[in-house]
Amino acid sequence: MRYLPLTAENRAEMLEQIGAATVDDLFVDVPVEARLAGPIAGLPNHASEMAVERHMAALAGKNVSAGSVPFFLGAGAYRHHVPASVDHLIQRGEFLTAYTPYQPEIAQGTLQVLFEFQTQVARLLGTEIANASMYDGSTAAWEAVAMAGRVTKRSKAVLCSGLHPHYVSTIRTMAKFTGDTIEWAAPRLEAEPDTAGVIAAIDAETACVVVQYPDILGRVTDLAAIAEAAHAQGALLVAVVTEPVALGLIEAPGNLGADIVVGEGQSLGVGLQFGGPYLGLFGCREKFVRQMPGRLCGETVDAEGRRGFVLTLSTREQHIRREKATSNICTNAGLCALAFSIHMTLLGGEGLGQLARVSHARAQQAATRLAKAPGVSVLNSAYVNEFTVVLPSDARDAVRRMADRQVLGGVSLGRLYPDAPELANGLLVCTSELTTDADIEALGSALEGVLA
Amino acid sequence: MNAPNASGWRPEMGSADAADQVTASGDRALMLEEPLIFELAAPGTTGVDFDPPAASPLTSLGKFLRKDPLALPGLSEPETVRHYTRLSRQNYAIDLGPFPLGSCTMKHNPRLNEKVARLPGFADLHPLSPQQAVPGALEVINQLAFWLIELTGMHGVAMSPKAGAHGELCGVLCIKAALQARGDDRKVMLVPESAHGTNPATAAFAGFAIENIPANAEGRVDLAALLARLGPDVAGVMITNPNTCGLFERDMKAISDAVHAAGGYVYCDGANFNAIVGKVRPGDLGIDAMHINLHKTFSTPHGGGGPGSGPVVLSKALSPFGPLPYTVREADGSVRLVEEEDGASEHPQGFGRMAAFHGQMGMFTRALAYILSHGADGLRQVAEDAVLNANYVLRSLDGELDAPFGASGPCMHEALFSDAGLADGFSTLDIAKGLIDEGFHPMTVYFPLVVHGAMLVEPTETESKAGLDRFIASLRSLAQRAKQGDPALKSAPHFAPRRRLDETQAARKPVLVWKGDQPA
Repeated sequence: MRYLPLTAENRAEMLEQIGAATVDDLFVDVPVEARLAGPIAGLPNHASEMAVERHMAALAGKNVSAGSVPFFLGAGAYRHHVPASVDHLIQRGEFLTAYTPYQPEIAQGTLQVLFEFQTQVARLLGTEIANASMYDGSTAAWEAVAMAGRVTKRSKAVLCSGLHPHYVSTIRTMAKFTGDTIEWAAPRLEAEPDTAGVIAAIDAETACVVVQYPDILGRVTDLAAIAEAAHAQGALLVAVVTEPVALGLIEAPGNLGADIVVGEGQSLGVGLQFGGPYLGLFGCREKFVRQMPGRLCGETVDAEGRRGFVLTLSTREQHIRREKATSNICTNAGLCALAFSIHMTLLGGEGLGQLARVSHARAQQAATRLAKAPGVSVLNSAYVNEFTVVLPSDARDAVRRMADRQVLGGVSLGRLYPDAPELANGLLVCTSELTTDADIEALGSALEGVLA
Repeated sequence: MNAPNASGWRPEMGSADAADQVTASGDRALMLEEPLIFELAAPGTTGVDFDPPAASPLTSLGKFLRKDPLALPGLSEPETVRHYTRLSRQNYAIDLGPFPLGSCTMKHNPRLNEKVARLPGFADLHPLSPQQAVPGALEVINQLAFWLIELTGMHGVAMSPKAGAHGELCGVLCIKAALQARGDDRKVMLVPESAHGTNPATAAFAGFAIENIPANAEGRVDLAALLARLGPDVAGVMITNPNTCGLFERDMKAISDAVHAAGGYVYCDGANFNAIVGKVRPGDLGIDAMHINLHKTFSTPHGGGGPGSGPVVLSKALSPFGPLPYTVREADGSVRLVEEEDGASEHPQGFGRMAAFHGQMGMFTRALAYILSHGADGLRQVAEDAVLNANYVLRSLDGELDAPFGASGPCMHEALFSDAGLADGFSTLDIAKGLIDEGFHPMTVYFPLVVHGAMLVEPTETESKAGLDRFIASLRSLAQRAKQGDPALKSAPHFAPRRRLDETQAARKPVLVWKGDQPA
């Protein structure tokens, strides 16, 4: 048992020191009837490193990894190139195997990273401040709606139809706790988001309007118009960014009037990982800081006057406030925040702009190619690196049949909206700097093949 | 062990007045200061090269384009590697030594787990890939779910919660959904005062009124007080077992039976599962829901504060109310993911989603590799060694530090001490900061709240006896210094990258982002 350093001699010696005859004497408080006599029946016993690696590699080998085929999936999880140094650095044991930095004198590495991360995220989102991360984009959106309720003392949230349906479902789960009213309807297959409809839904009871930017169909919403309408009613604008790379090209939501901006940070540094762990980004106006959820890192000085960093404003948090806390969250996504921050440090604003431009150019190229396929049309009037095409038949079927041809051709709207048959022919197509000319041609041919 | 680490490197070694010497750089040999990235470079550069396509017109985005470029510096690879490597050296970590934080289970993180999680067949999978392209990934989720159910003796498991506290929310929502399904509007959640802070925060967020149940003199839930409070308004109880005093709740089964008889449900905080994994199954104790911190018992790395992973095992009574998605094994042996498309027909009482996608897959692969490595026999040994190590620490400090429940019998996987007997003006905090100078991470301090100046030590099973002996020797020395009132201890740490930090200033006027390039 390679992870256990105690030897039989150690155990005997330690039991003697304790004054116990056997280790079971230490479990004396467990009622006899609840104690298992031996290892749980029917389960395998310990295995060698090579045996476990063989088992896991065999399971991994059954999957079609994104990098092994032409790949066009997005819808809230994005595949970008992660520089080799990112994964190397996050595997340094001093980062990987540290705990939450509750002892700041010996955690300045993690804390300074968090301070840098908060600055990077705030500038990216266009907000005054940002926190040290949350679980993922969907739970960050949940927390933003809850926070808007605390700020405005209102309990209705208007969700734009273009908000990722998993985020909608997650926010609805939150509303089951809080009793908030959530207004939402599935999107329509139109070239532009329904900005007028969102604005019309805002009233004096509305705590916040939640707008995804770009939205689930890849469309870009006029945030400034919605911000103005929301503020006129005393409501907050919560912007949700599932693809932060897009902000290399389009204006940051905070600069367009959003009061809270949340996002999924996975597309920088973290990778796809079949859906998690991901990285929740959370920024807002400074005046709301004491209503903010999650951990915050702040600058201070030590007893000798040297600059240092600590977790701060923990009087908002559960371990101090217990039932009066702003959120029950007691962890963030520290290592994913580190990966994001390192990738952002390599890119800088300049590199993020280039990354967004290349990803966008590939999307235009893919849209041009797909529009040539018989019966296929591109929906969006504007998009960054993800757009919607409308097929002549159910896109779920097309996705499965393209996968049979070793092309991962996109995300069908039918999978995301099983209750909305009018969306069934929609297919979300996403590109990045990893997309090649050959990938785009393979997609075009595969789609034509399965539709033929 | 009179002089632990006597041969170890110390920054002020050399001459008596080394501490007063100033270097021009501000660095001291391997003690390296590091500026912020914003102080290292200005915006406008990048450390990444791209392959631009032949043509890249910015069509259709006209009015949406950014006005100004994003003002963040981009560093070259060598600068980046050096920045983060230098910062990493200012962190303590399990890889450097014991990290005995009570209730955090800071055990060794096996590197095989890191290796398998990075296989492209796991790491490079999109969560919305068609199911036919990801059978091995669904198999991982299902195999881990199977192990968690077997190890806990429960009926089902919700895999998607992102961390322990998120799992608590999931479990409490299952309770709420089960009550609603039978038209029952119970409003009170009972929480023992020794509970983790997340428990009352979770129950309050779920709209329950919190009522505390006191602890008895031996550090356990006061059974009589709990039984007296049960009634038709009590939705359930949230209990931590083993509890935060490091003790097993002997009356757990009696508590569960009484709560069930009164129409409520039992939530167990599984943060301390490491003490009993393979030895006791919570399902046998009448638990209805319990989250499992994969980053504690099942060794996935803490990463400086996450990501965690908090699957929730559920009893037969609560399983129908669990969230989407989940996996099912079909008759042909294949594994299918049940999400929105099938959920309405197959899981009609489920409450929806805890989060986007399927949970912390990267943690599932690591936890499964860990579980397979230990197997049923090894996990049992994990619990036994974790409990043995904690009792060894507890008894080795007899007469040195006050153990308030030392007379209650053996502890489980963590040893609890108080500040009783320290000299006037000396506190738990001084011992904690003294441990930093001794080269150890401090234990959990001032928790649980039921003990004055609590020090909660959880060594875990991955500490060797020799390592424990060094830790005990240091703690013994610090206890003696604190009893004698050694003034040098009051200003510890002396040898860390920073002295004590001014947390009051940080909170009074929060500086949360760098503004060095903006006009004051």
